[in-house]
Amino acid sequence: MYRIRFHGRGGQGMKMASHILGTAFFLAGFEVQDAPRFGAERRGAPIFAYVRAQKAPIKERGIISHPGLVLVADESLVPLPAAGILHGVEETTVLFLNSREGGAVWKARLNFPGTVLALDLIGNDLNQPGGQRFFGAICAGAAAALTGVIPEDVLMQAIEDELIHVEAIVVQENKTRARAAFLAMQDKAGIVEEGSGVKVDGYRRPAWIDVPLDDAGLAAPAIHGRRTSELMKTGAWRLRKPVIDTCRCKGCWWVCSTFCPDSAIVVESGRPRIDYDHCKGCMICMVQCSSHAISLVNEKEEVSGE
Amino acid sequence: MNKQMLTGNVAAAWGARLAGIDYLPAFPISPQTEIIETVAEWIDTGAMDASMTTMDSEHSMLTAAGGAAATGVRVFTATSSQGLLYGMEMIYALVGWRVPLVLVNVSRGLAAPITLEPDHNDVLAARDSGFLQLHCSTCQEVLDSILMAYRLAEDRRVRLPVLVNLDGFYLSYTREPVIIPDLEEARQFVGPYDPGTVRFAAQAPVSEAVAVLGGESYSYFRYEVQMAQAQALAVYGEIAAEFAACFGREQARIDAYRAEDAEYLFLMIGSFATKAMDAVDQLREAGWKIGLLRPRLLRPFPEQDLRQLAAGKKGMAVIDQNLSFGRGGILHTEVTSSLYGQSGAPSVIASFVGGLGGRDIAAEEFYQIAQDLRQACVRGIQPPMRLLYTAAELTAMRNLQAIANVPAPERKP
Repeated sequence: MYRIRFHGRGGQGMKMASHILGTAFFLAGFEVQDAPRFGAERRGAPIFAYVRAQKAPIKERGIISHPGLVLVADESLVPLPAAGILHGVEETTVLFLNSREGGAVWKARLNFPGTVLALDLIGNDLNQPGGQRFFGAICAGAAAALTGVIPEDVLMQAIEDELIHVEAIVVQENKTRARAAFLAMQDKAGIVEEGSGVKVDGYRRPAWIDVPLDDAGLAAPAIHGRRTSELMKTGAWRLRKPVIDTCRCKGCWWVCSTFCPDSAIVVESGRPRIDYDHCKGCMICMVQCSSHAISLVNEKEEVSGE
Repeated sequence: MNKQMLTGNVAAAWGARLAGIDYLPAFPISPQTEIIETVAEWIDTGAMDASMTTMDSEHSMLTAAGGAAATGVRVFTATSSQGLLYGMEMIYALVGWRVPLVLVNVSRGLAAPITLEPDHNDVLAARDSGFLQLHCSTCQEVLDSILMAYRLAEDRRVRLPVLVNLDGFYLSYTREPVIIPDLEEARQFVGPYDPGTVRFAAQAPVSEAVAVLGGESYSYFRYEVQMAQAQALAVYGEIAAEFAACFGREQARIDAYRAEDAEYLFLMIGSFATKAMDAVDQLREAGWKIGLLRPRLLRPFPEQDLRQLAAGKKGMAVIDQNLSFGRGGILHTEVTSSLYGQSGAPSVIASFVGGLGGRDIAAEEFYQIAQDLRQACVRGIQPPMRLLYTAAELTAMRNLQAIANVPAPERKP
């Protein structure tokens, strides 16, 4: 069975990637299961989606714990434990990272047991307004090529099927990018293979324990620590950020800080300061600032410019 | 054949569409909302000819559903988890009204702590209400069950509301290939709704759901629900046979998978049961004689089928994705009470609880359940209930408690 996980951020189209790839497998004659995994996340939070495909009906369900391919759209997710990129990877797993750094660098850095491929497929779109809407098609195109069992025309048909409600020019742009990713991966076609699943012989015995009886004070689901949400650096969800031009800021001090839904703008000595550890880059402050003192900067541009 | 990739939610919406529903009262809740969103869009575009009302709560939603059903129209609605509990007063009341309608529940664990992911404590809270319960394990079954549910609900021998359950995430948001039956064939199978005496109207008022004082008349009405439930077993059998003839898919009261020559059996309901089927295949490959029983019908409980299917087996492992606090797994209680004193019943019926709040049950855990069951059969001892939880999970929990700064309990010297 092909077991494929797409990792990205909320808004980057990983659910769309799983739907395009799932439909492509389906059109190519496979039994398929595809699903996004999300909870209470918001735009920018780590999310993943997965696809299972094989010729026989699929009985396995839930999160894929023995992936054949892990495709990561956004390399900044790698160090986040909550993203779970390395969950269940093994020697037979292919890791694909959308990154300017090479596969060998990442393999050494992560001490990865399987094959690592790295290529910047979506870099150009990252800095374009609305460029993120193509990530799904690009990732699906790359994954389809790596399996080696999905023809290009089937991939194109899957994109048309999944984007049936989208205007034709956008569908065309998705197809162009997916085709480019598909072709860029042709020399690695078939590198992702079907896995067999967990066999009974020699299976690892689950380390079950007897659940302890805890003191009710410990066992109640209450958070006693103060300001634990501060420990969660939601600034890592950000793809773009607001920057305050201190020359233009009139020091009204309340518009941006009041409208910030994450309380990430504090006012110090009558001047606003953005807490980038927690700013998620929603850009509401930029829209609200009446003196146009806040501008948008792409997170990546800033990093590479440093 | 029209086969498409559908989520469990969209498959449920297709069930309502093909059944030709007249009315949908709605209130949103994750992970169910996609069902009413889909139906709402179809009504909007004219693909479906039905009325929809958005309500202020699940209690109102179920009251509207029952009220509409009492006027003799075909009613569909859906909810999940806390929503089902909020409407629970009406869940019980609608049964007493003897109005047929179909309610889809998308299983989700109950608060507190709050979660979005599935287990069966929500739907099993409605176990004793008198709603019939159908439990699905695939997206195809969701669609098929809704078509059958209308036949069951509207049958004069039954005339009770039916609850169709699918698991949140594992089915609700998961796409699988689903055969969408032809509209004409589906309409022919479900048939036009003949409401019989269910015809409440302003010009012909009826006093519905009256008060009774004195236990004699009250008992009569309660016993009649019991009689209708018991009758529904046979009615379901007729409907399933007709469904198989029409659509070629078997939907037995209990799905028996590789059980005939099995010495050992898993027993589960819902979508995790397909994981158990996978484990059965792997264990069979390793030489085990093992199978799976999966009740589709939970109410009425197919006791006779269970007795026949379990007869002559060495042992059974009941895996409950629910927990009746202070007692244990609910299915385990149902199964043991059904098999008690029956000749040929398995001597060991072991109880495992897992999959709460969407917690996975790994393949290795199914293998270990089989091992533990065999051990218990060799020793001839009924093992204590096992709550599936690993050392690593407890360690992760301890880390969370440390972050939450939960004060450590005072240790006694």
